[in-house]
Amino acid sequence: MLSQRTIETCVGLFLLAGILSLIILAFKVSGLTSFFKKEGYYITAQFDDIGQLKKRAPIKMGGVTIGEVTNIHLDRSDYRAIVTMRIDSRVNDIPDDSSASILTAGLLGDNYVAITPMYGSSYLKAGSVVSETHSAMILEKMIGQFLFNIDKSEKSKTGRGGMQ
Amino acid sequence: MIAQVTTLGRLGIKLLRDYGKAGILLFSAICYPPNIRKGLPLVFQQIYAEGVLSLLIIMVSGLFIGMVVALQGYHTLVKFGASQQLGPLVALSVVRELGPVVTALLFAGRAGSALTAEIGLMKATEQLSSMEMMAVDPIRRVISPRLWGGFISMPILTIIFNTVAIYGAYLVGVKWLGLDAGAFWSNTQSSVDFQEDILKGIYKSIVFGLVVTWIALYQGYHSMPTSAGISNATTRTVVYASLSILGLDFVLTAMMIGGW
Repeated sequence: MLSQRTIETCVGLFLLAGILSLIILAFKVSGLTSFFKKEGYYITAQFDDIGQLKKRAPIKMGGVTIGEVTNIHLDRSDYRAIVTMRIDSRVNDIPDDSSASILTAGLLGDNYVAITPMYGSSYLKAGSVVSETHSAMILEKMIGQFLFNIDKSEKSKTGRGGMQ
Repeated sequence: MIAQVTTLGRLGIKLLRDYGKAGILLFSAICYPPNIRKGLPLVFQQIYAEGVLSLLIIMVSGLFIGMVVALQGYHTLVKFGASQQLGPLVALSVVRELGPVVTALLFAGRAGSALTAEIGLMKATEQLSSMEMMAVDPIRRVISPRLWGGFISMPILTIIFNTVAIYGAYLVGVKWLGLDAGAFWSNTQSSVDFQEDILKGIYKSIVFGLVVTWIALYQGYHSMPTSAGISNATTRTVVYASLSILGLDFVLTAMMIGGW
């Protein structure tokens, strides 16, 4: 039987190993940095349809990641999606008439928000709302519209043919 | 005919009583925790016996499971040209599923069976009843520290298992198969979320820790006080604990899967 002192030392080392491993898991494996409040400011944008956009999706400008989506919720008054975005504080000179659009990385990739800069002279700041937005492309809707248009154009052709 | 119905009824009532006894045991072990000054050393002794001594088997199996998942995953991923995703593959499968479940299974075999055998032998040699004669509550002196010991040890063992397994994958993927170390860690970091993946895996292991120690203690405390009875109880501990780990794992995963 070991003495209580040895046992307590071993248990202490065990707990320490556990804490150390948790720290490794947190910072090395999951890249946790949200313990510390991330630098940045929050802006919102309203979209008609966000498609498959998720929290933590990147915000990109010219292909460079400048922030992430922090919250998505539904505006109950006009049934549009409100997306809250955190933009790095280093990027503090985005013109306030810029537009936000939801794009897809590759053919089957995840959605992200792209911000296209315009030429306004004042800048977006904390709490600003991006007014110019483009919804996500939804493949099913596009196919539906395409088929509908083919149908219509063929009908009008045959209709015109009948007239002549 | 009547005799069969009676047997069935007796079995049902026995089962119900067993559940009741198990519930009472858990309740009394949790509600009468050992008092801080006298009980804390006992809890430390149990963390040592259940946690520290299980460390070797947990770390070795963690290392090899991480290595073998990485090896298997690499050869499948490389067919799709996605070998860069090896880090996320191993990290997510270990942190979400393999870590908590394999640790709990090993813990049931390593510590759970020892608990049952120890308490069963205490009962068979009438140590428990002599404690009662000396006005020492065996639940407080014997059962409760063991329950807390298992409850505390299990999440820590799981965390250590996860870390060792991921480093095992790093060893195989980066040092042996020649992936880029930077891509390995950055892809892992971008797809593993601390709250969604790591913490949920730890919640699972907390539940498993409680269930495994509970089953082991119940089987020991209510075992037949004979050598055959103790051996049966030890077998039942390992079987029931493993089955309930796997069943509970499915239920917990189904509850947590929302964000995945």
